[in-house]
Amino acid sequence: MSLTTQRPAGSAPAPDETPAPQPRGPRRRRTADPNAERPGFSRYPFLIIVLLVAVLPVYWTFMIPSQTNADVAKVPPPFGPGGHLLENIRRVFDTVAFGKALANSFIVATSITLCTLLFCSLAGFAFAKLRFRGRGALLLIVIGTMMVPVQLGVIPLYIEMQKFGWTNHLISVIVPTAVTAFGVVFMRQYAEQAIPDELLEAGRMDGCSTLGLYWHVVLPGLRPALAVLGLLTFMQAWNDFMWPLIALSPQNPTVQVALNTLAAGYYRDNTLVLAGTAIGTLPVIVVFAVFGRQIIGGIMEGAVKG
Amino acid sequence: MIICYYEGGAYGFVAPFFVIFLVFGLFPILYTFWVSLHDRSMLSTHSGDMVGFRNYTDLMKDAYFWNAARNTLWLMLMCTVPQLVLALVLAHVLNARLRGRTLFRMGVLLPNVTSIVAVTLVFGQLFSFRYGLFNWALDSVGLHRINWQAGDWTSKLAISSMVIWRWTGYNALIYLAAMQAIPKEQFEAAAIDGAGTWRQLWHVTLPALRPTIAFTGLVSIIGQVQLFTEPLLFETTPGSVTGGTDRQFQTLALFMYEEGFHLYHFGYASAVAWLMFLLTVLLAVVAYLITRGGSLIGGTRTPGRPRRRPQPRRRPQPRRRRPAGRRAPAATSAPAATSKSVPTSAAVAASAEPAGGPAGGIQGGAR
Repeated sequence: MSLTTQRPAGSAPAPDETPAPQPRGPRRRRTADPNAERPGFSRYPFLIIVLLVAVLPVYWTFMIPSQTNADVAKVPPPFGPGGHLLENIRRVFDTVAFGKALANSFIVATSITLCTLLFCSLAGFAFAKLRFRGRGALLLIVIGTMMVPVQLGVIPLYIEMQKFGWTNHLISVIVPTAVTAFGVVFMRQYAEQAIPDELLEAGRMDGCSTLGLYWHVVLPGLRPALAVLGLLTFMQAWNDFMWPLIALSPQNPTVQVALNTLAAGYYRDNTLVLAGTAIGTLPVIVVFAVFGRQIIGGIMEGAVKG
Repeated sequence: MIICYYEGGAYGFVAPFFVIFLVFGLFPILYTFWVSLHDRSMLSTHSGDMVGFRNYTDLMKDAYFWNAARNTLWLMLMCTVPQLVLALVLAHVLNARLRGRTLFRMGVLLPNVTSIVAVTLVFGQLFSFRYGLFNWALDSVGLHRINWQAGDWTSKLAISSMVIWRWTGYNALIYLAAMQAIPKEQFEAAAIDGAGTWRQLWHVTLPALRPTIAFTGLVSIIGQVQLFTEPLLFETTPGSVTGGTDRQFQTLALFMYEEGFHLYHFGYASAVAWLMFLLTVLLAVVAYLITRGGSLIGGTRTPGRPRRRPQPRRRPQPRRRRPAGRRAPAATSAPAATSKSVPTSAAVAASAEPAGGPAGGIQGGAR
């Protein structure tokens, strides 16, 4: 694609999809891409304010626990970091089973992510590339279920878990979200365009079974989409609250449930509560800092393709 | 083309989704209705006596239920409308060749990756009466401190600010993606006609984004019906699930939780859940009808058209057609929550197509 000759055609949608910044002079930038409008300077102050609003509460989550309660109560409240973070974190581990909560959340989020990747890629592959009776109808059902508010079924779900004897076991939190309709649709969309049929045919010629094709051809081809889905699923599982709150006890919590226990003390000790919040938020912030670009790409791709 | 004919294997591949969805998704929702016809308690495994619709008639007389319903609807309005308007403006501002584009995009998405629990707890601190940043700011400009939790409207304002903070950036990115799928020729034509950037937003971007806006609006509304974590944790009285001392911010989901898991009235709580489900379906139908009607009034396109046509080929790779013939009937026969997502997913992709048909073709040729 060339950006040199023509204004409109040369810079079709691609430049905004490739995050790699192409070196261009400011003059060029103005005329190069008519869709991306000329960035007036007024955009930057607006965006910087938005950025500050977005970042401030996150900053607060990490700043408050670095203070003592006495510092927080001062009349101009502290804005910079203090030196009591470790002390408050120690209090968190003394107050609730936070180590167990962290371990549980890692187990739950990792299991959900692995199951989701496996099941969604299997189903996505089948819907994209295999022919079977009722495929269209089944796919419609999958798409339809994306909108069903399954959280409203918590009471029967709880009764079910009692019947299975799963209440207060992590499995009761893992299994219901082990596969999502969104993931299946996302995988199908990606498999459809990313896995060439010729490759599957060639694999078939070489005597691959369908499962072999999935393992040797489809899975490697789906890798970028698997990464995005995995990241989104992990963060969602890590952050899930309502069902773990119902299914698990405070003695065997996930991080979010433990935070709820912390917050329900006789008076809300904010340095303590936010110290727990900071530890509980750190993993997703790290994941986001490292893979933010892929996550944004995934969300925007998902938006355009449905 | 599709190359494999190994049917049994294919069913095995899709089976995990359907098994899990049936057992842990669909069945519980349907069974909720059955439970709601009994006076079942959480404390016994006995399924309780059949009481017919008594739970529902009791609910209709329950002032707490109506209070929760009112709160939920107000919060829905206060969360959804500003959030989507802000997201549109933000997307419009982001839709430019900005320096530090990735930084800004990550910045606006940052709130969405933090958990709702974390958001509520930190906002609880910010809104705290004595030590909160907001009250300090009010104080320092000479205004009275506000007891945010205690007030009817101030508590709703605080809760909606949490929702808006967490979701605006996410929706802005979705709008941004849809904006970038609009053919540039439309903007050029508008610019030649003398439209500035904000007029372009109104006359070019908004009409093209209508399906996306409908979709995000619907998702947001469905989310707000289930608003639970914010009102639960905004409450500072230990162990309380009433949503404020006067239940000033108790939502339906929180009411259901109180009845089901604190008072152990499983039957009664199931009736609440089932009514919430019906409310969701009703709102989905309304949203669907509004967008259909809207696109009729808009005039330039017929509502069915984007759905029945294959997607425009915006990418060099050839993509298979979707089973277009099967989509159209489903839009009318499936349940509302279902049917909504079907046209949208296609229409979002095709959003740029109807008005800019020829332009899209030119562009496709140019690449």
